Amino acid sequence: MSNFFEKSDLNRNEAETIVSDTLKKCDDGELYLENSKSESILLDDNKIKKSSYNSDLGFGFRAVSGEIVAYSHSNEISKTSLKKSSENLRSTLKSAKGIYDYSIPKSNKKYYSNINPIEEKTLNSKIEILNKVNEYLRKKDNNVKQVTANFSGEQKSIEIIRSGGETLTDVRPLVRFNVSVMLEKNGRKESGVYGIGGRKSYNDYLINDNWKNVCDEAFRIASVNLESKPAPAGEMKVVLGPGWPAILIHEAVGHGLEGDFNRKKTSAFHNLMGQKVASEGVTIIDDGTLDNRRGSLTIDDEGTPTEKTVLIENGILKNFMQDRLNARLMKTRSTGSGRRENYRHIVLPRMRNTMMLSGKQTQDEMIKSVDKGIFAVSFGGGQVDITSGKFVFNCTEAYEIINGKIGSPIKGATLVGDGPSILKEVSMVGNDMMLDPGIGTCGKAGQGVPVGVAQPSILINKMTVGGTNL
Amino acid sequence: MVKDQEFLKKKASYCLDLAKKLGATDTCVNVGNSISETVNFRNKNLDESNRSDNLGIDITTFIGKKKSSITSSNLLEENLNILIEKCIETTKNTPEDEFNSLPDKDLLAQEIKDFNLYDDTHLENDSKAEYLSRLETAASKDKKIINTESSFVENKSNFILANSDGFCKGFKSSSFVASSVAVAKDDKSMERDFEYTRKCHLKDIKNAEELGKKAAEYTLRKLSPKKIGSEKIAIIFDKRIAKGILSTFASAISASAISRGTSFLKDKINQRIFSDEVNIFDKPDIFKGQGSRSFDSEGVRTDTLKLVEHGLLKNYLIDTYNGRKLNLKSNGRCGGTSNLYFENGKISYKDLLNSNSKCLYITETIGHGSNIVTGDYSVGATGFLIENGEFKHPINEITIAGNFKEMFQNLTLANDLEFEYSTNSPTMMIEGMVVAGK
Repeated sequence: MSNFFEKSDLNRNEAETIVSDTLKKCDDGELYLENSKSESILLDDNKIKKSSYNSDLGFGFRAVSGEIVAYSHSNEISKTSLKKSSENLRSTLKSAKGIYDYSIPKSNKKYYSNINPIEEKTLNSKIEILNKVNEYLRKKDNNVKQVTANFSGEQKSIEIIRSGGETLTDVRPLVRFNVSVMLEKNGRKESGVYGIGGRKSYNDYLINDNWKNVCDEAFRIASVNLESKPAPAGEMKVVLGPGWPAILIHEAVGHGLEGDFNRKKTSAFHNLMGQKVASEGVTIIDDGTLDNRRGSLTIDDEGTPTEKTVLIENGILKNFMQDRLNARLMKTRSTGSGRRENYRHIVLPRMRNTMMLSGKQTQDEMIKSVDKGIFAVSFGGGQVDITSGKFVFNCTEAYEIINGKIGSPIKGATLVGDGPSILKEVSMVGNDMMLDPGIGTCGKAGQGVPVGVAQPSILINKMTVGGTNL
Repeated sequence: MVKDQEFLKKKASYCLDLAKKLGATDTCVNVGNSISETVNFRNKNLDESNRSDNLGIDITTFIGKKKSSITSSNLLEENLNILIEKCIETTKNTPEDEFNSLPDKDLLAQEIKDFNLYDDTHLENDSKAEYLSRLETAASKDKKIINTESSFVENKSNFILANSDGFCKGFKSSSFVASSVAVAKDDKSMERDFEYTRKCHLKDIKNAEELGKKAAEYTLRKLSPKKIGSEKIAIIFDKRIAKGILSTFASAISASAISRGTSFLKDKINQRIFSDEVNIFDKPDIFKGQGSRSFDSEGVRTDTLKLVEHGLLKNYLIDTYNGRKLNLKSNGRCGGTSNLYFENGKISYKDLLNSNSKCLYITETIGHGSNIVTGDYSVGATGFLIENGEFKHPINEITIAGNFKEMFQNLTLANDLEFEYSTNSPTMMIEGMVVAGK
């Protein structure tokens, strides 16, 4: 746990007084302090290309009145700096006439342990594994022309001081291990990427030469792509594999169910609460409480304990994801979804681990039911236009389906669809729900936060596939 | 006030000295401060104010051919001591890489030219709010506009880059950015679009009314889009998308992608990669240019580069490390391009629209569909159907796909280049792309 006032001319009592004075006539707000340490070690092109360490310290001071948010942040935790921020907030909220909401829910539950993954393993042992990865992949096949592998680890300590002096703290570990391999055969190059991670120590992911499985998977994807042919173009049926392809859910509906877009009525879902937005059998939740998952949080960045929020239940829209500001304005409660990338950013309602729950069908049944379509197993990034509801994502491993059978692999194509209608096109939900391997980062308003996704195999009746083969 | 050069120089030299004392054979330090103040409006009312004061230091230490780096936002000496010690320790334990080194001394910038990148004007938040209020009034005139959001950002920054070979230079810069986003709705659809302006000097930004009006106009014309069928067709890219394609080209000729062999433009120097009318420049010495600079992020002098001449690839973008690997000298492009642009084409915007009886005009793409290893391109898109030079109707929920190798060869540029941003392109047409729709 960090003591933010240890080396400062500002002591805790003084800070609390400044916070309480500044927020007197505001509806909400807090002082958010953060100390994060992170490392990144990268092997690329047969060499350790980078070994870097980052230490970041700062505060963000927020005052909220009505719909208005005033925010000020700095790296200097000092009396002068906090007072300067206080003045800045007051000048924006000159006419604030709110009543501060002191209440914040409490919980004793923790979803990860208080560890610093960076210090748990020596630099040399991490370098050793990266070198083994390189050697292993290059020996595996002559077509391997490039290997990139990296470790990144982080420990983030936060403290939230609310008006009246209430203090909430959290220590969050996060690690990630990633391997990317490029193959070249007959002049053609293709790559494959795979990674794992979560809020645990490196050792939990690297026991029993587990790194080999990550290498094998990256290599397998690259090999499949080496044999791929141009993707078809046009509207067709799409079967999505379980696990990571749930970024479709994240992009297509997740963002549209975040509180801010709905309060501002810019989401295509804003007037659909209680209505049928998905096929029967489709249930989607956003869960911050899964142990050690990348998207899990003990408390969110406003101090609210996270929870399991049901977004869509059996096709019916049940809840939006809320932070305190949007919850207050929409006359509901925070779902513990208030997140920020770091102290430099304001809080926004964000996803945590977004999951579509299992149904009854098998993947086999889905494939058999398709005359012409594609089977998408893995994706790169996705993106959504909240307002029009249109979203895309890029296949990194996909196959054509012809007459109920999986055919040749196809080149990375973009799939495009319409968020509000896509879930109504889900005609089968599989019994094989799987969590992603722990690699997702979601971007919104310039802020990246770690997230998780999960889903079973699903069959979508029609989506537009952006290939080149007409 | 943003920290001055003296403060930053003192921090930098403290770090250089300490690193040397602890055993570094070479060291490079970048220390900077930026302060920005933002005001956001929504539906003609104040929505958010944000003051951001960022300090940052970035230290790379070398021991022979070993290298490691640290970054921090905490510039207290006590913290720097711990971090530099840690950095040296890590350097010792990091394997050697024969290509690691500071840049050649004779390539370092000797002088800093003043490109007039700093405007001392400070705009009070009330004045920012007044600008945004006028902007949103202009943006929300039409009844179909149901939501407006806008933002005004003033940023001032200063930095010093110093290394143990005696380089120690930096400069102040400023930016003023105003943006406007509008949401429009009719009985069939809800659409959003935007416009923004960004300049080093306050007096050069677009006026509020013009900006708001443009954002509204762009949004309204997107209402009631139709989906179209799949076909092979000519595509015209609006300047805002065309400059993104130019940026993708730049990442494919970065020395790092070339030396790692992960670019479809590897080994293409002096080969024809565009049609012979295409010229691409990277010009670092444009007065008030947003990418202007005298040196790159390693201190290497930057000169104008002709990247593509009559369709032939002439230069990669080279930094010290990857240059050594490729046996090429750095051309001052560590950290990327400066002011990058396509030279004007030969035909007018109007003639470009008329050059095919039917084509698509793309104003927005979504997704990360550019693969620089293979050159494959596939993105989601929205825009307009054009028939005989006339905008017919908006289209969306389509994808456009192709491969840059062919796309570049089939590329035609209009003569409407403007220097608005650091990367700029005239309106662009690429024939023979595949659209997937219905």
